[in-house]
Amino acid sequence: MLNYSTLRASAAHVSANNAWLARLAWSLGSLLIFLIFWDVAANLIDHRHLPTPLQVWHTLVQEIRTGNLLFHVGMTLARVVVSFFVAMLIGAALGLALGKSKLADKLFDSWLIFFLNLPALVIIILCYVWFGLTETAAVLAVAINKIPNVAVTVREGARSLSRDLNEMAQIYRFGWWKTLRHVTLPQLAPFFAAAARSGLSLVWKIVLVVELLGRSNGVGFQLHTAFQLFDVSMILAYAVSFIIVVQIIEMGILQPIEARVNRWRR
Amino acid sequence: MAPVSEPYRVNVDRKIFPPVANREAHLVLRDIAFAIEHRSFVVMTGPSGCGKSTLLNVIAGLDREFEGKIDLGTAAPTIGYIFQSPRLLPWRTVEENISLVLPPGDPRQERVPDMLARVGLTAYASAYPERLSLGMQRRVALARGFVLEPDILLMDEPFVSLDDPTARDLRQLLMDLWHRRPTTVLFVTHDRTEAVMLGTRILRLSGGSATLVQDEAVRLSPEDRSDPEKVRAEQRRIFHDA
Repeated sequence: MLNYSTLRASAAHVSANNAWLARLAWSLGSLLIFLIFWDVAANLIDHRHLPTPLQVWHTLVQEIRTGNLLFHVGMTLARVVVSFFVAMLIGAALGLALGKSKLADKLFDSWLIFFLNLPALVIIILCYVWFGLTETAAVLAVAINKIPNVAVTVREGARSLSRDLNEMAQIYRFGWWKTLRHVTLPQLAPFFAAAARSGLSLVWKIVLVVELLGRSNGVGFQLHTAFQLFDVSMILAYAVSFIIVVQIIEMGILQPIEARVNRWRR
Repeated sequence: MAPVSEPYRVNVDRKIFPPVANREAHLVLRDIAFAIEHRSFVVMTGPSGCGKSTLLNVIAGLDREFEGKIDLGTAAPTIGYIFQSPRLLPWRTVEENISLVLPPGDPRQERVPDMLARVGLTAYASAYPERLSLGMQRRVALARGFVLEPDILLMDEPFVSLDDPTARDLRQLLMDLWHRRPTTVLFVTHDRTEAVMLGTRILRLSGGSATLVQDEAVRLSPEDRSDPEKVRAEQRRIFHDA
């Protein structure tokens, strides 16, 4: 005997799978059109500053074979990860404090606006000037660029924390740790997710600039070298490979975390 | 567990809401003094918005800006508070919401499944609160209040905005839980019938700047309380209405 509800559940599963496949097909299709357009344009213009997709592919494969790509992408990724976590941690703590204390908010609001509007390049240059061309200076420069964004986002969340739930936690003597873990942080989760998503794309772009200006490895450094040689094929090969890495992080790490954090929603 | 001792004493001389943008300072409560015997079920009634919830928050210690003294004995008693809205954590399951009020490793943790069964929610132990009806969420809040075995249980119109049969079921459930483990209850409602059905004693607050205007024992046996006629007669005696 077939159970009707199981049947319906599996039908829903199949249609969800189909929707996913359809989306994938559309993405691949539009990507293919882009590649064709690029190839035709490159062949028409026929200039060494605009390589065809196939030439970029060959450069990519060659860079993978020599191990260069893995090394430089790995270095960049390490910097992205460290500065991302430093920025998220400090930015979140700052945002929470600003959202909860009116005094702190009044005191530091203009600082925040100052740092939000300070060009990334200025922070990078100053960090290198003050702390030398070191790894610490590089990571610090990236983190400082990102901290104000995280703080502003988390501050919005902290301002909207539920007083009702706080009173509940107080009555039932949750204590600070239990309150943070079960009452405060879950309310802030959507704000963390927003900060993490915009953060990742911002951080990796700034890391490249930091590498270009003062590091001797990483994707930014490689781009700098390729720029001096006017090697556009190399530039595109590194750009494409980093886009792929970031997409993998986005889909493989950030999206599953977001889905898990939101599973209680109806 | 607090030893049987002096009754709890509530003294609120003045409670003022400070002025806000478009409203002047407002005297909410004045000259309220009463004692609560242990294990009594005291119901506070009064017109909507008269300050009943404010008084409950003062007694709970959530609101400390008042003139007067709340004496809950020497040892800090365990307080349970069942709010007007269930105030469950939407991102924690029904079971987690109940067990979270107990310290991890507390022997009472073992009673959580039993408590779930008593409020009839065993099948929903791992459901998230927002998937439940309001009546069911209120059951979870009741279970959370009782699993703690509090010395004092404060309840602020916990059955408001439910349909009649659901409210009746929940009142019955509350009575069952209370008889199983009698504790001191302070129950706020503006529903006079509910007041008479549940309370062993009724405190009436006036409107305006609220003060105590009547303190009356309810003369009903547990059996009488399920008889609508007797409840109505008692309500007439106390409130001179109905």
